[in-house]
Amino acid sequence: MSMLSVKNLGISFGGLRAVDSVSINIEKGELYGLIGPNGAGKTTIFNLLTGVYKPDTGIIELDGKNITGKSTMDINNEGIARTFQNIRLFKNMSVLDNVKVGLHNQYKYPTFAGILRLPSYFKTEKAMNEKAIEILKVFDLDEEKDIMAANLPYGKQRKLEIARALGTNPKLLLLDEPAAGMNPKETDELMDTIRLIRNKFNVTILLIEHDMKLVSGICEKIFVLNFGTKLANGEPKEVLNNPEVIKAYLGE
Amino acid sequence: MAIKKTTKSNLITIAILIIIYIVCQILIATGSMSNLMKGLLVPLCYYSIMAVSLNLTVGILGELSLGHAGFMCIGAFASSFFSKTMVDVIGNTFIRFTLAIIIGALSAALFGMIIGVAVLRLRGDYLAIVTLAFGEIIKNVINVLYIGIDRNGLHFSMQDSMSLNLLEDGEAILNGPRGITGTPKNATFTIAIILLILTYVIITNLVNSRSGRAIMAIRDNRIAAETMGIPITRFKILAFSISAGLAGVAGVLYSHNISTLTATPKNFGYNMSIMILVFVVLGGIGNLRGSIIAAVILTLLPEYLRFMQDYRMLIYAVVLIALMIFNWNPTCIQWRENHSLKNYLPMFFKKEKEGL
Repeated sequence: MSMLSVKNLGISFGGLRAVDSVSINIEKGELYGLIGPNGAGKTTIFNLLTGVYKPDTGIIELDGKNITGKSTMDINNEGIARTFQNIRLFKNMSVLDNVKVGLHNQYKYPTFAGILRLPSYFKTEKAMNEKAIEILKVFDLDEEKDIMAANLPYGKQRKLEIARALGTNPKLLLLDEPAAGMNPKETDELMDTIRLIRNKFNVTILLIEHDMKLVSGICEKIFVLNFGTKLANGEPKEVLNNPEVIKAYLGE
Repeated sequence: MAIKKTTKSNLITIAILIIIYIVCQILIATGSMSNLMKGLLVPLCYYSIMAVSLNLTVGILGELSLGHAGFMCIGAFASSFFSKTMVDVIGNTFIRFTLAIIIGALSAALFGMIIGVAVLRLRGDYLAIVTLAFGEIIKNVINVLYIGIDRNGLHFSMQDSMSLNLLEDGEAILNGPRGITGTPKNATFTIAIILLILTYVIITNLVNSRSGRAIMAIRDNRIAAETMGIPITRFKILAFSISAGLAGVAGVLYSHNISTLTATPKNFGYNMSIMILVFVVLGGIGNLRGSIIAAVILTLLPEYLRFMQDYRMLIYAVVLIALMIFNWNPTCIQWRENHSLKNYLPMFFKKEKEGL
C-alpha cells in the first residue's frame, strides 16, 4: 500500500515552472531517494509536500488521505516531518528541549497546568523527558542533552534535526541533504542511523542527497529530477547507469 | 534527581526578593528608611512587574512592543473604576483588592488579545507599530471619556460630566482629563512584592512548560516550529496576552498607590513604554532577574540624582551608557568573572558546582 502518492504536481514562480507534472509513488516503509542537479526543484518538492508552498496543480495523498493545500501545521499533524537543507534548529534552546518541541503534539497538558504546576504537568513532563531521551539515545546525543543546540558540532546538529523531526511521530520523514557538510566517516554513521530509524520507528523516508555513495548505499528507489520534471525513476543501479541521468549530472 | 539549573536560579531570585523585603521591613520598623525611599517601594515593584512582563514579549516571544504602558493604563483605570464603585458594596479590603487585581489583569489581557489577534498573524515588526499607536490612543480616549454611576446604572459621555445626566444620588467616577480621584490606597509594599514574585513565578513556570517551549521555538525559528506542528499565531497571542495582563497588574498597583489617577503622557505615554523597554534591554533580553535589577537601579537613580538638578538626566544618560558597557563589553565580562564571589568565597559555592 502506498504511503505517499503524488500525482501531476506542479508550481510556477512567475514565468518559471519550478516543478512540472511530477508523479511519485512511495510504498510504506520504503527508503526513497530524490536526486537531481542544483536548481532542479528538489527542495521545492519538499516545500510543496509540507505545505510551505501551495501547488498550482496536482494532488498529494498521504496514507490514502488527501492533504493537498493544507497548512504546514496540519500536514505535520497528518504525519509528515522534515529536516532542512540549511539547519533550522531552535538555537537558544537545549538539545533536550529541541526534541521536546517535536513531541509537542504527542504529549499534551493545558497552559494553565504548566503555570500552576498541576500534577498533570509533572506527569506529562516526565513522560516527555523519557521519550526525548529515548530518541536522543538513537542518535547518540543523550550525553549532550543540556547543551545549547547552537553549541553542538555541525554533524550533531544535523542529527538533532532528524531526532526532532522523529519526535513528531511521523509516518513519512523528509530529509533534505542529511549528509551535507559531513566527512566520509560521519556519512557512513549517518547511513547506519537512517537505516536504523526506518526500522526502529517504522517510518517511510524520502531523502534529497548529492552524496551518491549514500544514495546508492541505502535508497531502495530513486527519483531523478531535472528542470522540475522527471528524468528517471526506479532501482538505484538502473537509474544511476541511465545515460540521461549521467548527462544531466556531468554534462555532455 | 538534582534540582534543575534553571529552577535553582529561579529559587535564588525569589529568595533575594524575600530577603530584600525583610530588610526593607526591618528598616521601616526601626525608622531608618527615608520617606523618599518608603514612597518608592511600591513603584519599584510595579516597574519591576512591568519590566518582567515586557521581557515575556521581547525576550521570550521575540516581538517588539512599544506600548506596554498602554496595558498598564488599562489595568489601572479598569481596577480603579471597580474599586471606587465597589468601595461601599464590598467592605472587605482584601476581597475587593483581589477582585480589582483580577479585573485589571483580565481587562489588560483582553486588549492584548484583541491586538494580538489583529497583528500577530503577520510577520515582521507590525506589533511594534500597532502597540505604539495603541499606547497613544488609549491614553487619549480615556482623556475624553466620562463615566458616571447612579441608581439607574452606568452613564457614558464623550463631552463633559454635565452631559452624563446623573440623578442626584449619582457620582461621576471617571472625569475625562481629571481622571479618577479617591481610589482606595490598598497597594502596600507587602502586596506589591507578593505580586512581583507571583509575576516572576508565572513567567518562569510558563517558560519551562510545553507552551513556553513552543513560544521560544517560534522565536528561534518560525518555519521549523510550524513544521513541528505548532500553531504559531495561537501561541504568539497567548504569550502576548499574558504579558499584557501582567502589565495590567502593574497598573492596578499604580492606581491603588496614588490618590488621583490621570492618563498623562508622563505616566502612560510613549516615554514610559520606552523606559520599560530600556529596563528589559539593559537587564538582558530574556533575563528576568536582570529585568528586575535594571528596573530597581534605573528607578532609584534619577531620584538620588535630584541634587544635581538640571544635570540630572544628563548624568542618567551617561550612567545608562556606562551600565551598557559594563554589561556587555567582553573585557568587563572577563573582569566580572575574575572578581565574582565564587573566586573569593569558594567554600560557599562548592556544592553548587557538584549539583550541576
